[in-house]
Amino acid sequence: MIEVKNLHKGFGGVEVLKGISATFLPGKTNLIIGQSGSGKTVFLKSLIGLHIPEQGTISFDGKVNTNFTEEERQQWRQEIGMVFQGSALFDSQTVEDNVMFPLKMFTKKTKSEMLDRVNFVLNRVNLENSNKKLPAELSGGMQKRVAIARAIVMNPKYLFCDEPNSGLDPQTAIVIDNLVQEITEEYKITTVINTHDMNSVIEIGEKIVFLRKGIKEWEGSSENIFSTDNEAVVDFVYSSNLLKKVREVYLNETK
Amino acid sequence: MTYIEHVGKYFMMLGRVFRKPQKPRIFYQALMKEVDDLGLKSLGIIMFISFFIGGVIALQTALNLDSPFIPDSLIGFAAKRSIILEFAPTFCSIILAGKVGSYITSSIGTMRVTEQIDALDVMGINSINFLVLPKVIAALFFYPFLIALAMALGIFGGWVAGVLSGLFAGTDYITGLQTDFKPFLIVYALIKTLVFSFLIATVPSYHGYYVKGGSIAVGRASTQSVVWTTILIVVANYILTQLLLT
Repeated sequence: MIEVKNLHKGFGGVEVLKGISATFLPGKTNLIIGQSGSGKTVFLKSLIGLHIPEQGTISFDGKVNTNFTEEERQQWRQEIGMVFQGSALFDSQTVEDNVMFPLKMFTKKTKSEMLDRVNFVLNRVNLENSNKKLPAELSGGMQKRVAIARAIVMNPKYLFCDEPNSGLDPQTAIVIDNLVQEITEEYKITTVINTHDMNSVIEIGEKIVFLRKGIKEWEGSSENIFSTDNEAVVDFVYSSNLLKKVREVYLNETK
Repeated sequence: MTYIEHVGKYFMMLGRVFRKPQKPRIFYQALMKEVDDLGLKSLGIIMFISFFIGGVIALQTALNLDSPFIPDSLIGFAAKRSIILEFAPTFCSIILAGKVGSYITSSIGTMRVTEQIDALDVMGINSINFLVLPKVIAALFFYPFLIALAMALGIFGGWVAGVLSGLFAGTDYITGLQTDFKPFLIVYALIKTLVFSFLIATVPSYHGYYVKGGSIAVGRASTQSVVWTTILIVVANYILTQLLLT
């Protein structure tokens, strides 16, 4: 379980995270949602150690990451997989080399063992026959799948995704959502996804944390989100007429 | 950000660069790639410029020393001194600062703005060490050879220019090359080259690594890195000359 207590983080005198406390369920798909500028990305980058919080603690299965020794931090880093918003693939390396990179850096596997593992994860994300392609030769959806493959190649305990379906068409976005959810269930990974996508919220959000102006405004499940009367959540999630109608139907049916 | 802050941040970056590589085999592969990108790919331009500038230096010297009381061998002597002391180490380093510096800043800067450096950090890799150390070692290892080659080609270019133009005899030029030859001047030039190589690898890396923004910021950082590397080479040249030759 990932447990965050009273997290504060600011830049240049502006406080972005104002004392956030939240827990993320182990082996489940956890979502962080909120408007642009609400602090989602800063929160996610604080969770993975790219930002050092000014105050507060983040613990992974009871171990506080700010107290790690260098060796423990190194070990913890290898338990984390991260899918960046723009995929962050190494553009001078082929798909195969991108996915193999963490294995080369942190394992003592032979070349053939590494290739087996790379092919296994690439098959898992439904990306066969692209091993020798460069990232620039792939579509946005394919790049996201390579990024997911690279994130899971080391068998991580925690998977973090920063807006994994941004910039994708609705159909591909659903494919990516389903893939992340399947991987989470299959490998019992604790997944935390930062998203704007309301389809993701409703379809795959087993635990949802809603941020607003740097504070945690609400948390619950995708079912709770239909019935909540928190105005900020309702305004954000049901901003489109279509989703308003969906909510009305849901509420009428459950009366 | 003030200049003092930049200087502090630059030295803090160097502190993180000079650590033991996490995986020696990967480091060796990166080093060989950098020798190719930063060194071998600069070979052509340095050879071309050295040959022709050497020729121009010899011709200019010959045209300006037209007194019958000055022996023609002085042309070879002056060309040798100009090429070994200043043209090869300083002028070629400034050319490399432009060519290689902008490449280093834009490649690292693009990695920064596309979150590739964040991806390395999240994996637990010391990204500064991983990206910058191979460049520093490649530059320190390869540039002295490149500059030595520039010296040889520059001097040869001077001889060719003299022979083709008929302004001075090849034998006089060679006599001038052999006159008052001081091996320390080669050592001085190579010491300067090592310092300049270090600046060419680290200053653009600093500008690329800490770039913030998008593609325009990367372009601006590339320009700034070339300007600052050139300024630092010129200042270091003055200081080293003062320290080593006076």
